[in-house]
Amino acid sequence: MIPQDLKYTKEHEWIRVEGDTGTIGITDYAQHELGDIVFVELPQVGAKVEFMKAFGTIEAVKAVSDIFSPLTGEIVDVNTALETNASAINTDPYGQGWIIKVKMTNPSELNNLLDAAAYGKLIGQ
Amino acid sequence: MSDKQTPFYHIHQKLGAKIIPFAGYLMPVMYDSITAEHLRVRNSVGLFDLTHMGEFELTGSGAKDFTQKLVTNDVSKLAPNQVMYTCMCYEDGGIVDDLLVYNLKDRIYLVVNASNIAKDFAHIEKHKPANVKLTNLSDQTALLAIQGPMAEKVMRQVTDYPLETIKYYYAAEGKVAGEQILFSRTGYTGEEGFELYFPNELGPKMWDVIYNKITALGGGAIGLGARDSLRLEMKMALYGNDIWEKTNPLEAGLGWVTKLDKGDFIGRDALVKVKEKGLTRKLVAFEMEDKSFPRQHYPILSGGKQIGEVTSGVISPSLNKGIGMGYVETKFGDIGAKIEIGIRGQNHPAVVVKPPFYKNASHK
Repeated sequence: MIPQDLKYTKEHEWIRVEGDTGTIGITDYAQHELGDIVFVELPQVGAKVEFMKAFGTIEAVKAVSDIFSPLTGEIVDVNTALETNASAINTDPYGQGWIIKVKMTNPSELNNLLDAAAYGKLIGQ
Repeated sequence: MSDKQTPFYHIHQKLGAKIIPFAGYLMPVMYDSITAEHLRVRNSVGLFDLTHMGEFELTGSGAKDFTQKLVTNDVSKLAPNQVMYTCMCYEDGGIVDDLLVYNLKDRIYLVVNASNIAKDFAHIEKHKPANVKLTNLSDQTALLAIQGPMAEKVMRQVTDYPLETIKYYYAAEGKVAGEQILFSRTGYTGEEGFELYFPNELGPKMWDVIYNKITALGGGAIGLGARDSLRLEMKMALYGNDIWEKTNPLEAGLGWVTKLDKGDFIGRDALVKVKEKGLTRKLVAFEMEDKSFPRQHYPILSGGKQIGEVTSGVISPSLNKGIGMGYVETKFGDIGAKIEIGIRGQNHPAVVVKPPFYKNASHK
């Protein structure tokens, strides 16, 4: 099940755009591939993120994975609930498992992202 | 070369396992959750498909004497049906593989790592004398492991064999689920458990009988992911991670299975020299002192200077912290020594600890 209203990266992040702000997380496919997520290294509010640059890491029992930003901008909110409950990314990757909110500086970057159909194709669904 | 399926492949698929190619086989890495599977083995019981492992048989009048030359541990000490963990080495003392030796009535049975089957076979074939016959049974042999504090309870329901007569690291040949098979009280988890060897064609039947008993006790199937975290919590070495051709058993902490005084064996001369000169590095167990997680190939440092590299690392599901092993220069490897692990450019504090990491395993 791939939500239709989101945009996706080839690195398996999703972004939900509302006005000039994007909420970012990782996809259900990505959380399943990683397995049990135990810890998320989160950035600070106010930090800058860049298009397709890593802004944090996800530690699963067996592996570690970088999280890439689908957009350039400034972090306006961080899901601090993940500090004590990183497994929310496993159980609810598109809801409670959101990671950061970014105020976009260059909305045209959205054109570089995949829509649900293209992302589905990428992961063979 | 396409990857082989074990006789349990379709069962794994039906259970929704995530299946990956591993050592030439399509193996289940996880069914639902590595953490849940791991804790299931620690707290109740789990069933592992380990068919990828290799099984060799040595027969003929010279089988036992040759095995004594082949491996580092002392085979002459083995009682009938006893099983022994050991290494086998090259002439230079480097480790060819770590393996189990079964001293059975009419044969020596070897269980080797899946990724080393071809290499091990060639090594043994090269060294064996004419009065020993080597047979590779790997392709026709299925292996299931039942591991956890309730493992014996499961076995009692599938065999009439007097299990109390099988001590830790002993084998038996008897009827399990109505079939005459080889099984042993062995494992790679630190828990009580059994490993069962039988022809592939019995696979689905054996799984069904045993799996039903296991699920009735709250247990379940366990993938290779939890197998790795379970063995790491016990500081059991994994070939390819913690030991390889360029490591020797003494620095790997496997001196206890390396009997330099047992008489000649392949690699002995080199290992005696290593011991005389003293170890330059050793494999240590360490725990992170902050909320960070070591992974294979991360640098190990002391005072900011690199002293080694992580060979295995995991977030321990039992202890809920980062644990790992790695080789360090000997002088930095004492229990309690403060070290650092370099994680994405930052040094995180860790401490060398006395293994195992997990102290409450059901096998004492």
